[in-house]
Amino acid sequence: MCMDKKTRYLKLSGLEPLIVTPESNFINVGERTNVTGSRKFLRLIKEEKFEEALDVARDQVEGGAQIIDVNMDEGMLDGKQAMVTFLNLIASEPDIARLPIMIDSSKWEIIEAGLQVVQGKSVVNSISLKEGEAEFIRQAKLVKRYGAAVIVMAFDEDGQADTYERRIEICERSYKILVDVVGFPPEDIIFDPNIFPVATGMDEHRLNALDFFNATKWIRENLPYANVSGGVSNVSFSFRGNNVVREAINSAFLYHAIQHGMTIGIVNPTMLEVYDEIPKDLLEHVEDVLFDRRDDATERLLDFAETVKGDKKEDAAKVLEWRNESLQERITHSLVKGIDTFIIEDVEQARQESEKPIEVIEGHLMIGMNVVGDLFGSGKMFLPQVVKSARVMKKAVAYLQPFIEAEKDGKQEFAGRVLLATVKGDVHDIGKNIVSVVLGCNNYEIIDLGVMVPPEKIIETAIKENVDIIGLSGLITPSLDEMVYVSKEMEKKNIAVPLLIGGATTSRAHSAVKIAPNYSNTVVHVNDASRAVTIVGNLLQRDNKVYKAQIRNEYDKFREQFLKRGKQKDYCTIEDARKRKFKIDWDTVEIVKPNHLGIQVIDTFDIKKLEPYIDWSPFFRSWDLHGKYPDILTEDIVGEQASELFKDAKALLQRIFDEKLLSAKAVFGLFPANTIHDDDIEVAIEDCHAELDSVSNQTPTTKYKFLTLRQQLDKREGLPNYALADFIAPKDTGKQDYIGCFCVSTGFGTSELAAEFEKNHDDYNAIMIKALADRLAEAFAEYLHKEVRTNYWGYASEENLSNEELIAESYKGIRPAPGYPACPDHLEKKTIWKLLNVKQNIGVELTDNLAMWPAASVSGYYFGNKEARYFGLGKITQDQLKDYAKRRGISNEEARKWLRPNLVE
Amino acid sequence: MSDIFKTLQNRILVLDGAMGTMLQRYNFSEEDYRGERFKNYPSPLKGNNDLLSITQPHAIAEVHRKYFEAGADIVETNTFSGTTIGMADYNMEDLVYELNFESAKIAKQVANEFTKANPEKPRFVAGSIGPTNRTASLSPDVNRPEYRAVTFEELRIAYKQQTEALLDGGADILLVETIFDTLNAKAALFAIDEVQEERNIQAPIMVSGTITDASGRTLSGQTVEAFLTSISHIPLLSVGFNCALGADLLQPYLQRLSHETEFFTSAHPNAGLPNAFGEYDQSPKQMQQLIENYLKDGLVNIIGGCCGTTPEHIKAIAEVAAKYKPRKTVIPA
Repeated sequence: MCMDKKTRYLKLSGLEPLIVTPESNFINVGERTNVTGSRKFLRLIKEEKFEEALDVARDQVEGGAQIIDVNMDEGMLDGKQAMVTFLNLIASEPDIARLPIMIDSSKWEIIEAGLQVVQGKSVVNSISLKEGEAEFIRQAKLVKRYGAAVIVMAFDEDGQADTYERRIEICERSYKILVDVVGFPPEDIIFDPNIFPVATGMDEHRLNALDFFNATKWIRENLPYANVSGGVSNVSFSFRGNNVVREAINSAFLYHAIQHGMTIGIVNPTMLEVYDEIPKDLLEHVEDVLFDRRDDATERLLDFAETVKGDKKEDAAKVLEWRNESLQERITHSLVKGIDTFIIEDVEQARQESEKPIEVIEGHLMIGMNVVGDLFGSGKMFLPQVVKSARVMKKAVAYLQPFIEAEKDGKQEFAGRVLLATVKGDVHDIGKNIVSVVLGCNNYEIIDLGVMVPPEKIIETAIKENVDIIGLSGLITPSLDEMVYVSKEMEKKNIAVPLLIGGATTSRAHSAVKIAPNYSNTVVHVNDASRAVTIVGNLLQRDNKVYKAQIRNEYDKFREQFLKRGKQKDYCTIEDARKRKFKIDWDTVEIVKPNHLGIQVIDTFDIKKLEPYIDWSPFFRSWDLHGKYPDILTEDIVGEQASELFKDAKALLQRIFDEKLLSAKAVFGLFPANTIHDDDIEVAIEDCHAELDSVSNQTPTTKYKFLTLRQQLDKREGLPNYALADFIAPKDTGKQDYIGCFCVSTGFGTSELAAEFEKNHDDYNAIMIKALADRLAEAFAEYLHKEVRTNYWGYASEENLSNEELIAESYKGIRPAPGYPACPDHLEKKTIWKLLNVKQNIGVELTDNLAMWPAASVSGYYFGNKEARYFGLGKITQDQLKDYAKRRGISNEEARKWLRPNLVE
Repeated sequence: MSDIFKTLQNRILVLDGAMGTMLQRYNFSEEDYRGERFKNYPSPLKGNNDLLSITQPHAIAEVHRKYFEAGADIVETNTFSGTTIGMADYNMEDLVYELNFESAKIAKQVANEFTKANPEKPRFVAGSIGPTNRTASLSPDVNRPEYRAVTFEELRIAYKQQTEALLDGGADILLVETIFDTLNAKAALFAIDEVQEERNIQAPIMVSGTITDASGRTLSGQTVEAFLTSISHIPLLSVGFNCALGADLLQPYLQRLSHETEFFTSAHPNAGLPNAFGEYDQSPKQMQQLIENYLKDGLVNIIGGCCGTTPEHIKAIAEVAAKYKPRKTVIPA
């Protein structure tokens, strides 16, 4: 009997399998984790910045790579060591390790070291007959024994194959040795028939591409089950510096190589134009070279290349060359590039040429926005660009609106109507606004109810406006419960449209376990804006039953697994957890009395001082651009977009500073405090809220209590169960200790500014101002913490840290915030508000669900002990819940409502 | 070798149950573990079950006998921890060859007795090759994710020695089992393949992974399909799963495995999940019913038990296995 043919596919694995079948699209190998190809990666490895080096790998995974190539061949590196360390680190990152690894080196010892540390089935890149048959056989046997697939270079004792005949001769010989002598599975063989540069001007290189294509075809037809791969960017090497031509050559080459049977390729996605988008004349010149169609093909391409130099030094005349294109081309160009200079003029021309003004929207503008949508969907455009496109679109639509209204039956046809709302008690809307813009760009009509929207209003609007989809957003943890409530209410009112859930604290787990079971229609968690378009598109297509069933099924399964999983963690009782509290030796530890006890208010503050304290990485994240600042600005894939965005952000920031658009306020206080009953912190404050420099023991005082929550996970012997109270001296030690708390805001003025931008159809800056205000609030908190450490409290008066070190929190003491992992209890904010009189002092308010308003505000405590550290509370059990309810003086029910996300269920 | 391949075409083979569960019944003391030979050994030896093949060989033979009587076709040698890495806990690295050799010899003797008595039902010995107590692709130290407590090379050397001794002692099959970390298993397969080449033999190899929980993955994070892809580069007699889960929870993963592989399949699940006292209380009858579900769906070629299973369980399993046809496979060319 013969082996079933269908099983003879190349199969690889990381934590998950990858099978290369005839139906697979071309398999693309991420090439940025290669020290010979990426200077940035080389630098990170040399400087042992492994975390950032892992980010490079992660970006490739997120960018759609299906295999990760790792190469450490660099003279100054210990290649073996670097390979092992990096692969070991990848193994501990499940999101990266799910992909198979391509172990890439010209040194066998590095390859073997790599093979010894990967559990999956990898690809060796590469072996060849270069050192003769004996060595080839030895290496191939080992590759097989280690359980890897192999790339075989078309290279033998006489050198590298550079003609069609040599390529097929060497590949055939290698194949025969591997299959017949070594017993290597033929499906595990991948040939690299050498991609050489074209258009070098040398006659012997004229067939470089054509020979590769033909050899590829021959291999696929004559060497059963073998695959073909190659490093694509090499082909355009002679056009270094002219990216337009390079990208065109790369993509035309790749297109034809795939047509000829290439299945795997090492590709830099940023160096690739879309084949269909290569200008026809350029493509013709490129293909003349690739297929050696004319004797003067190279000269002609070189001449032509001079005219399409894509570098940034273009003169003004060239920049505006696109203005000579057809009207539709110009409108599309404005939309794709986000240029609003000419849009009114072009739209006006389109209006005059059309029968009805509405046709401009449905025709010209939608054609352009579809291009934007496609580019975005295929990862060729990034979020900030899309938002800029939307700005242009809105301007155009606003211009046309009066004309449309003047007509009688002019009504725009939308793809669907989407209701979006940030739920009651929550004020955070940056993510929601981005989704709104992105969907708007894709011809959905958006009904945005804004922030703090009560359930009744959501339901009422959904019914009245007959919406097709409802999207709920929220950031603070109580919003999770609010969403559960909304979903139940929707079910009661027989709303039957899909429900999208999004926002920073939402998760697939929460949506699957807590929301989906309440609601008969589809519930989908949308984790980033770029997915929203696809999801909404799928949900609204006419025949969506399969998709909906698939989602429901997926969530059911997920829930089942999740619930099973949850039962397996062990928790100890709160008594036991208290016994295992984090112990500080209060006899020896230093307690510093603050220089200035009592409450201080900062009412006028020069916001400009905060600029150096801004942590920019989260800013980029809010725009779906992932990476660390400042490296993100020079990063291969998103670098250009990030720089663009950064430039715009800096410009707006400058306006904020110059025109004093936002104001910053803060209130904070330092007080005597001691821990009582293990988990409570008793704070003593003078009766009147006056600003005093000290508190004497004789003055009558009011006592406030901060309630902290304690970890209950049953940990390994010797590991403490933390509560914040552990960082303050217990009363019975007789030592007087201190605590601080604060609230800062830079949000005053934000919503007015955003509204103004929105009025001018400028969503881009409306989102920008909120994102910047958030960053400034964090920066203010950082700044103030430093002032407290070095001056007001003064326990770290010697401190001298750089801004990077501040952002990395290398200082002594912590400033945890209620609602975050160390103290998820939002009710603590109420205590802070009372204690500091926050509302009267600076005007920051708390919503029903205890979100701060304005949104760009930060509140928290100060712990000064050098042992104080951040931790995550994790889950707690019923006994602590009851104990907490008693301490807080509320019912168990109410306590459960506030702490639900942290309860073991 | 051809024997067992042929037998597997025709019927489902039954693997034995737990060795440890049976040995607990003997309540051996520190002195029993030591025997005469290790009376004055400097480190404590109680709990070193593999050592009993030398100090209490009759007990080991008796357990094998009970499983054969219950209807097992294959028994596993008492060598789950028999590598220099596992024996380092008892400072007995030097004893590894002898432990494996003797364990295989004992099992083989008992198997021969039974085959002789009933040549229609030949009995086999599978040399048990455990995972060791170290993982090659996971760091034991969360603060040093790049660190590894054991290297591929150390594992390869240890497994090679164990393999040679098991084969020398008479094992018919090599069983790489309870695989938490696929990289450990790959080192074992590497070592076995070296021995096969050096001795110019083809030993039947069984590979059995462990799905640790409802995540459906191995401890080292691989899905069923990724695990299978990672160990299929060497011709195997069978691939399967054992330990960690009971028969019911294991079924969906076995189903996926069975669908994907052209090798024979095996399963030796636990007798359910342990109760609050760490004991397994699934009865032979209960387990039999769950295993029957495998057989109805044609999922397995080799079936047995892991933690908590006893000769009574194996008897029940053997009874029901005899009633069903084995899973069909595509025969490799």
